[in-house]
Amino acid sequence: MFKFILGKIILLIPTFLGITLAAFLFVRLLPGDPVTILSGERGISEERRAEMIAQLGLDQPVIVQYFTYLKHILQGDFGQSISTHRPVVEEFFERLPATLELAFFAILIAVLIGVPAGIIAAVKRGRWPDHVLMGSALTGYSMPIFWWGLLLIMLFSTILGWTPVSGRLDIINYYFDPVTGFMTVDAWLSGQEGAVKSALHHLILPSVVLSTIPMAVIARQTRSAMLEVLGEDYIRTAYAKGLPTWRVIGIHALRNAMITVVTVIGLQVGSLMAGAVLTETIFSWPGVGKWMIDAISHRDYPAVQGGLLFISMLVMLVNLIVDLMYGWINPRVRDGK
Amino acid sequence: MKKRLIALSILSAVCFLPQAYAAPKTFVYCSEGAPSGFNPQFYTDGSTFDAAGQAMYDRLVQFQPGETSISPALAESWEVSPDGLSYTFKLRKGVKFHTTKDFTPTRDFNADDVLFSFNRQWKADDPYHKVSNGNYEYFTGMSMPDVLKTIEKVDDYTVKFTLNRPEAPMLANLAMDFASILSAEYADAMMKAKTPEKVDTDPVGTGPFQLVAYQKDAMIRYKANENYWEGKPKIDNLVFAITKDNAVRWQKLQAGECHLMPFPNMADLKAMQENKDVTVLSQEGLNVGYFAYNTTKKPFDDVRVRKALNMAINKPAILEAVYQGAGKVAKNPIPPTMWSYNDKVVDDPYDVEGAKKLLAEAGVKDLKTNIWAMPVQRPYNPNAKRMAEMIQADWKAVGVEAEIVSFEWAEYLERSKKGEHDTLLMGWTGDNGDPDNFLAVLLGCDAVKDGSNRAFWCNQEFNDLVQKAKTLNDQGERAKLYEQAQEVFKKEAPWATIAHSVVYEVARKNVTGYKQSPFGLHQFKTVDLAE
Repeated sequence: MFKFILGKIILLIPTFLGITLAAFLFVRLLPGDPVTILSGERGISEERRAEMIAQLGLDQPVIVQYFTYLKHILQGDFGQSISTHRPVVEEFFERLPATLELAFFAILIAVLIGVPAGIIAAVKRGRWPDHVLMGSALTGYSMPIFWWGLLLIMLFSTILGWTPVSGRLDIINYYFDPVTGFMTVDAWLSGQEGAVKSALHHLILPSVVLSTIPMAVIARQTRSAMLEVLGEDYIRTAYAKGLPTWRVIGIHALRNAMITVVTVIGLQVGSLMAGAVLTETIFSWPGVGKWMIDAISHRDYPAVQGGLLFISMLVMLVNLIVDLMYGWINPRVRDGK
Repeated sequence: MKKRLIALSILSAVCFLPQAYAAPKTFVYCSEGAPSGFNPQFYTDGSTFDAAGQAMYDRLVQFQPGETSISPALAESWEVSPDGLSYTFKLRKGVKFHTTKDFTPTRDFNADDVLFSFNRQWKADDPYHKVSNGNYEYFTGMSMPDVLKTIEKVDDYTVKFTLNRPEAPMLANLAMDFASILSAEYADAMMKAKTPEKVDTDPVGTGPFQLVAYQKDAMIRYKANENYWEGKPKIDNLVFAITKDNAVRWQKLQAGECHLMPFPNMADLKAMQENKDVTVLSQEGLNVGYFAYNTTKKPFDDVRVRKALNMAINKPAILEAVYQGAGKVAKNPIPPTMWSYNDKVVDDPYDVEGAKKLLAEAGVKDLKTNIWAMPVQRPYNPNAKRMAEMIQADWKAVGVEAEIVSFEWAEYLERSKKGEHDTLLMGWTGDNGDPDNFLAVLLGCDAVKDGSNRAFWCNQEFNDLVQKAKTLNDQGERAKLYEQAQEVFKKEAPWATIAHSVVYEVARKNVTGYKQSPFGLHQFKTVDLAE
């Protein structure tokens, strides 16, 4: 097992280097630079511009800039945001809990609804529950997130008044200092009556919106994985042995289908981060997605580089966990058979 | 004894009940963006000015709420020498800085704070100059390093600014956010504690509100400054709920999650006006949306071509379609609310036949060109793409084929600064209410180099008038020169002036005492919530 983990981790090193290079080049390929954006409609004199470019270290050849950057990150220095003058690490990790909290609830909803929906559709293959569920999944998958989010806000917040429009807490009635950055946890720690409820209340719409696409993908993949497994001989044997249906499907079939499902869930983490960008913008959710968009439009090189690097590392970490879970679900993977 | 007790309890109930039940008033502003930081000296964006400069700081002088005129603030009075080269300010006594967990002021505001606030931005050898990697973009942008000769403390409550050259907009500049006054005592204390950057992250000002907490990109919470020199604000807590999307801001306002929102989507305006729970506020903006010809390129170097193309544009139709009628067709580069606006100037008429004739006279036939449309929405131009399409259609009628070009904002700025465009849409919102801030910044010869003169138009006659006006102190004299400059501008037509827009904000019905700023800033010291 140790060798298995070590092997996976060693493979991450070239990926990591590749990401630093890609992040570094990507942001520099965009036309315009931070100084131009800063000056806006006003413009800036050539001397002042040169002075600021030099101050930011952007007057060096790109290759020199890259190796300086690489040296700094190996020393744990990810640079300072050009817009806020604060360390990128601080800026990123202050916002990460908000994104993680949202992503956690979204994936929870996606799994809790997507997996059972996929199973039901597989078992009732070709009948109306299958058509209804897969039709809904296709609709969910094709839904433009921005429009979907606004639609839900209009219905549930403005017309029905059931959920708040945006934000993470009822800011008129509650206030406490953040401790962990996870609003539900901080609300609980604050001990203020009703704060946890308010935090959960604010999570409903954004996590439903963010979960829509992963839920659809999970449902469809669970269905096809289940269909494949349900056609196997051992399932027929299990039925022939007289096992109850729930046991055959819930234990014998699902366990083997889970490999595919877990892979899909792991892959959804990447798309969840991408979806978070839009969801966070609609719901004024102060996470890393919204922060990255701002950093890109301001050509805040250190922030974009740092953000891309941290997010990629996060996705790599999740995939590593998924790899390890294969080993747990299916011992053949672990033993290299 | 029993009777006395009953009497006492009734008395105490009468005296204390109202206070005990007066819930704190919390005003929520759905702001359009997160501040870049909390030191207004560093930044140039409106979101930062609202959250830092306007909420927590004061300046020597201030713009009257809702107006462009200057009134005393931290300076009670001032004198300008006849040659316009020195400004002596008498400072207000008894003004208190905020007390925070790291800092308790031991003295009131005085001349040292003024010196600290300006020297930090100006002098490279000031110990605070490089703290937080400061760039003082506005200080530099308003030419302060060139203008300032010395700033001296005459006594604790008198400060004298001496200039290298007369600079008529000086007072207006000092009312801008970059000229906010920070505490020198706090700066010293933080330097001693080896945490100088706290001056920028944990603000201490003299302003109407004091920072309580900032949750990144989500909300900023303030409490009212009990000791504010203009009197405690009427609301107890001020909260900025950062909401970037204008459709979501509108939903939040309807749901009562905030009391005021800026920059509504023009398409929602009708629904807003019909909604009984909200009031739509509007003010003529201190702005201009314009269409610049690159006068260094053929055939736009010929004034007849520029005039002809101006005559081909149907501006009232643009005003209706792009601004939903909310604004005025522009004939001058400065808005009508600004002093020295020349109302005698006659705009180029909308005359398709006349335009064709003029083009023929200039020898222009089958002209193929481009129109650059900004990718961003601004109060001065809510929909540049639509505007470009309308101009394209208008020009087609006079035989000019134009292709619409657009880039992402950073690229747009960069390429247009290099002059890659034939014609482009752009605009401006004033910083300080002074005509110089439009005419010199956007059309002066120096502005060609800086890239803000996107017509690349350097006209000696115009430039001399504007430069001369800057050296005079008499507003009447200056106004005459600016009026002439506007005539030269119209004659030469480096731009088609399109519109001055009306700026909207939407408030819940119970909001009182709020005044819209002509500069597009948001200030809450006078705001209240009706019961």
